Amino acid sequence: MVTWLRANLFNNVFNSAITVLLGTLLLYVLSQVWGWGISHAVWVADAEQCNTARGAGACWGVVAEKYRIIIFGRYPFEAQWRPLLATLLLMALLLASCVRLFWKPWLAALWVGVLVVFFILMHGGVLGLATVTTDQWGGLPLTILLASLSVVGAFPLAVLLALGRMSDLPVIRSLCTVYVELIRGVPLISVLFMASFLFPLFMPVGTSIDVLLRVLVAMILFAGAYLAEVIRGGLQAIPRGQYEAAASLGLTYWQMQGKIILPQALATVVPGIMNNFISTFKDTSLVTIVSLYELTGSLDLAVNSDPDWLPYKLEGYLFIAAIYFVFCFSLSRYSQWVERQVSRGKVH
Amino acid sequence: MSNNQADYMIEFAKVNKWYGHFHVLRDIDLQVRRGERIVICGPSGSGKSTLIRCINRLESHQKGKLTVDNLELSDDVKVLHEVRRKVGMVFQQFNLFPHLTVLENLTLAPIQVNKLSKVEAEERAMEQLQRVQIAEQAYKYPLQLSGGQQQRVAIARTLCLTPQVLLFDEPTSALDPEMIKEVLDVMTELAEQGITMLCVTHEMGFAKSVADRVIFMDQGQIVEENNPHDFFNRPRNERTQAFLAKILTH
Repeated sequence: MVTWLRANLFNNVFNSAITVLLGTLLLYVLSQVWGWGISHAVWVADAEQCNTARGAGACWGVVAEKYRIIIFGRYPFEAQWRPLLATLLLMALLLASCVRLFWKPWLAALWVGVLVVFFILMHGGVLGLATVTTDQWGGLPLTILLASLSVVGAFPLAVLLALGRMSDLPVIRSLCTVYVELIRGVPLISVLFMASFLFPLFMPVGTSIDVLLRVLVAMILFAGAYLAEVIRGGLQAIPRGQYEAAASLGLTYWQMQGKIILPQALATVVPGIMNNFISTFKDTSLVTIVSLYELTGSLDLAVNSDPDWLPYKLEGYLFIAAIYFVFCFSLSRYSQWVERQVSRGKVH
Repeated sequence: MSNNQADYMIEFAKVNKWYGHFHVLRDIDLQVRRGERIVICGPSGSGKSTLIRCINRLESHQKGKLTVDNLELSDDVKVLHEVRRKVGMVFQQFNLFPHLTVLENLTLAPIQVNKLSKVEAEERAMEQLQRVQIAEQAYKYPLQLSGGQQQRVAIARTLCLTPQVLLFDEPTSALDPEMIKEVLDVMTELAEQGITMLCVTHEMGFAKSVADRVIFMDQGQIVEENNPHDFFNRPRNERTQAFLAKILTH
């Protein structure tokens, strides 16, 4: 340890000076953060205490006071056990889907089952549950629902688009190329606006499609275009010989893609795919602008209307940032595990 | 249909192919009898690989007629699949599937294409692995094997589909010298079984001892064909003579 320090941080006067300078700066910043975030912070939901501590310490009380709204948004307060249960179910399913042992046909059936239960719990209207329309859904359940369904929907779409762009058939190839370039050419926000405000104008009078569904479809279409390019990169990494060997064995196009090409192509782009999933997860925060109060939106909802707590919105943001971080960090750890799994059999 | 015609396993009639402006196959006429063993040689770029790759349509010809077991190759996908079930191919770079074990490499096509049960496919695969003397490697991944072992696995893989024709596209060119023999031994053993073989190779010893006929190609044409004895001892065409002089003295 001492040898390492001497060799790397104090090996000459100039480096020693920089080490001392940066070390002091680091200690100062850390002590400030500690003072504000921990030692001078207010941990109880007491607006007056927070007011006195203002400037010197954080007011974590805002989280204690408002966490139900931050987590569940506008969902009726007394019925919030329903989104809680639904979210736990969905998260258990997501966790199970990460385990290789469970990658069996019944997992797809389980997905359908859990989603049905999720919607029954959230929406109600049956089994004596009061109806809660989708515009009242919010917070973490909405974030997780949007993120997981976007990913689940975007993935097959992206695989098809990537294969289409690599296809020998000119019509399919150009259709897929145009689609990807069009979607990539516009920001997600504008796609969401179109889904939310423009699309209904073109609908026949009297018919309407639920805004949550419209936004979900928009997110799938958007994420699919980006993911398609990642997967296409993987397809291009597969040597021609693999196609030729598969063809010479008499495999059909779909057998070849399913058994030979895609398994290898997807394995090479696991980091890119996970990158895409993580960014899709965070992109869900944009649906706030079309009045769906997911995690970020529900924080506004919780704090903006309450002048007592409005000054402590920063603390609220840090709270949801921590939630986002837990999810995104788990995803990236999982990505590393998947990478190790798919590199089996590779000797380099 | 006359008996004589049915005896031809593969028939090229005035087959032509271009890559852009490059005329890679010129008026190829070639008849291959059932069970015949043919070695094709020639300088690089002469079209010899392209010629055999047309037989299972990894390359498509643009003019002329090419039939395999009386099935004419065209854009007809059904015919193509039927032809590919009859024709096995071994590549220079082995082209094993690196994400599958040796055994899975062998059972994939029998299960997917021939709809064999897994048990049956594995039984057949182990037989073929024993035939190429590599059964003990069944559960390894291809990249854990040596080049010679990989090529023997590749041969076993095509054999699992019981092909009637085997195409070899420079099967020993990517191998270290000490591994060439083990692959040639397997090929020689196969040749003795009466399977139709077309082999692009520069292994002239193999050509002498195994081939029924040797074909020399240059600039997209079949320049000379003869039985191995006359081909090597009395080459008629001067391009053949020049090629043999180079390849046999190196």
